[in-house]
Amino acid sequence: MMGHLSLSHFLVVGGLLFCFGLMTVLTRRNAVAMLMGIELILNGANVNLVAFNHYVAGGLSGQIFALFVIVLAAAEAAVGLAIILAIYQMIRTIDTANITSMRQ
Amino acid sequence: MEHAVQQFGPLAVTPVGFLWLIPFFPLLGAVINTTCGWWLQRRFGKPVNHSIAVGAMVLSFVVACVAFAKMLGLPGEERFLQDTLWTVLSAGPVHVDLAFALDPLGMMMVLVVTGIGTLIHVFSIGYMADEPAYWRFFAYMNLFVFSMLLLVMGDNFVIMFFGWEGVGLCSYLLIAFWYTDPAKAAAGMKAFVVNRFGDFGFILGLFLLFWGLGGAWHDTPAGQRIYQPITAGQELRIITERAATGGAQASHEESVIEVGPTLNFRQLRDQVVVKATGVAERLSHQRLFGFGLLAIVGILLFVGAMGKSAQLPLSVWLPDAMAGPTPVSALIHAATMVTAGVYMVARLNFIFALSPSAMGWVALVGALTALFAASIGFFQYDIKKVLAYSTVSQLGFMFIGVGVGAYWAGAYHLLTHAFFKAALFLGSGSVILACHHEQDMRKMGGLGKFMPTTQKTYLWACIAIAGFPIASGFYSKDEILWKAFSQQHLALLGMPAAWLGPLIYCIGIITAMGTAFYMFRSYYMTFTGEYRGGHDHGHGATPKESPLSITSVLVVLAAGAVLASLLGLPASWTNRPPILEHFLEPSLPATVDFVEYPHWVEWLFQFIGVAAGAIGWLFARALYLDGKSPVPAQLLERWKRAWTVVYNKYYLDEIYGATVVRGSLVFASILSWIDSRLVDGVVNLAGTITRLFANLDGAIDKYIVDGAVNLVADSTIAAGRGLRRVQTGRIQTYLYGALAGALVIVLLNFLIK
Repeated sequence: MMGHLSLSHFLVVGGLLFCFGLMTVLTRRNAVAMLMGIELILNGANVNLVAFNHYVAGGLSGQIFALFVIVLAAAEAAVGLAIILAIYQMIRTIDTANITSMRQ
Repeated sequence: MEHAVQQFGPLAVTPVGFLWLIPFFPLLGAVINTTCGWWLQRRFGKPVNHSIAVGAMVLSFVVACVAFAKMLGLPGEERFLQDTLWTVLSAGPVHVDLAFALDPLGMMMVLVVTGIGTLIHVFSIGYMADEPAYWRFFAYMNLFVFSMLLLVMGDNFVIMFFGWEGVGLCSYLLIAFWYTDPAKAAAGMKAFVVNRFGDFGFILGLFLLFWGLGGAWHDTPAGQRIYQPITAGQELRIITERAATGGAQASHEESVIEVGPTLNFRQLRDQVVVKATGVAERLSHQRLFGFGLLAIVGILLFVGAMGKSAQLPLSVWLPDAMAGPTPVSALIHAATMVTAGVYMVARLNFIFALSPSAMGWVALVGALTALFAASIGFFQYDIKKVLAYSTVSQLGFMFIGVGVGAYWAGAYHLLTHAFFKAALFLGSGSVILACHHEQDMRKMGGLGKFMPTTQKTYLWACIAIAGFPIASGFYSKDEILWKAFSQQHLALLGMPAAWLGPLIYCIGIITAMGTAFYMFRSYYMTFTGEYRGGHDHGHGATPKESPLSITSVLVVLAAGAVLASLLGLPASWTNRPPILEHFLEPSLPATVDFVEYPHWVEWLFQFIGVAAGAIGWLFARALYLDGKSPVPAQLLERWKRAWTVVYNKYYLDEIYGATVVRGSLVFASILSWIDSRLVDGVVNLAGTITRLFANLDGAIDKYIVDGAVNLVADSTIAAGRGLRRVQTGRIQTYLYGALAGALVIVLLNFLIK
């Protein structure tokens, strides 16, 4: 088994990535840090996609899904940062605990 | 005089398109004077008002004369003019047209109403000249003539009843013409209320007759009673044989008669008069509560006549009605309206003739009223009161006439009375005007010197009413009394009463004597001797003759009172039926039996009548000629007590006050008590119960229904308040939730496996 990577290794890495991302999103109050956590979650999923493609399905569709997710993550990061920037300009903070103006 | 028993057929109708104009003109005059009379009087003066009123009367009279000429041109059995305007009401068996009809009897009445009405309108011009409400007077007068014409000309009971009520209303309005005087206003109300009593009887009789025509109860052999109804408009074909007018050959004539309940006079007459329909026989045998139906109908209808024509015991209103202006007394309370009852009985002669009991009552009440009123008239000092009681008394004579079956004689007395009583009333009006509205004869006297025309006309009218053969009153009164004596028809309570005729005759002769006495008493007290008034008035002026508009009317009326005698010269003198009897024959189909006596018996009775009048006259002359005789005062002292009773009208008003008025008041207070205690109590109880229920219902609504609704709302609000906490707006919180959910699913996944 040494020097030989199995599906489980990839799944463990993907799961860890997902859990770190989730923890980041849940615990951080900084909006930028939350965005970064989301990136980690997405990448955890990417690892899973590629690993399942390689070990189970074969072909290229898993990779292409991963590529799409990366592009999507870039677009999401752009939009998210733009919103955060706009919020910062308006209320001078990016701490989510203090952004309360849309509460009922 | 017995005319041959005639087989009557149905009436032939002659349509005439202009009859409606007769009542229309007075109505038009009344409408104009009512709506803009006040303005006209202020703007153009009084002549405009009386021109409208008198003009309407003249036009109406002219149209009536045209109708009269047309009627005279027709053969006897076709003298029935009719003019139907439109249908007023049609409901089941009741069919009412606005229609006017004139038969000879109606024609006579219409000529009296329009002719004498016109004269009295002319008289009013002079009499009412100082009246501020001149327009109102003439409006009422025209309205009265309109109502009277409806009464007379109506083709059915409904139109007649409309007129019947209309004249009552106008009588009220005109008696209370000077309404600011409470006594006069009260007199108007009294007349109206007493008339309502009579009208109630009249309308009950009408309904009963209508009902009686609708069918009858029959006893079957099995002992059951069954009702056989007749619907309106059922047609009967009657085939009568009669000699053709040209030759001796008999021809069959078929005529159609509608039987069944009707309000139309002609249909009623046809089905009752034509024997073949069997209606008369059926009506005669019909009984109600053990009495003959027709007797009840006749008596109830006569109650109506009693009210309108002031017969005992409903006579109390007429003397009080003298509160109205004198022309009103002459027109309404002497010449026309008060004769409506006589007219109605004469009109329904074929119904009354079927019930001897009803006729007996009519004649008896008439005789008693004649005597009763004449005795009160003896002692009155107010000249108009004397005339009022005289009118009641003469109306009694008319009812004797129509009661004993001498319908034409009753109608003839109606005609002659209209002339001489109008002349007397207007003469008294002329005197009252000259004496500055003084009506007490003790303050008159010697007026003949100042007002010769009034004196002469009054004298002629007195001669007429007293029954001297040179004027008309003799002929009508004598005919009535003669027929009363020779009647064979009357009954009381279903028992034949042959003694009733002679009794009525005796009462009539005594009354005739009294009539002559009190009329000449009034004449002598007013026109002869020394003038006793004028000092306490402060005017200082002696009375002077009235203007031409008054005296000319008096002359015409007095001439009429004399000339009307030509219409009724008795058959025992001329050997032919009197002109008026012949003229009225088609209207009076009732056949009543009279005893035939030789002519000399009738002449003897006529002589007795004249002698009675002469005795009355001589007594009056002896006692009152110069107003200085001490005898009346002595007699008064001697019989003070009896005089007091009679002078106070036998306390009839007081009796009414103690019985009817007091009874009504007691009854009213009992009803008031019931109303305030019982009825109000029940209403209040219902109110309280309702309020209790409302409170209960309100509580249910408030606490249960509203409670449930509020509970829903409150719980929703509470749920919302609780759940609001969950929505913190922090994404992390939500993510914790999502994570927890995911973990639960994962755990469940493991557990289920």
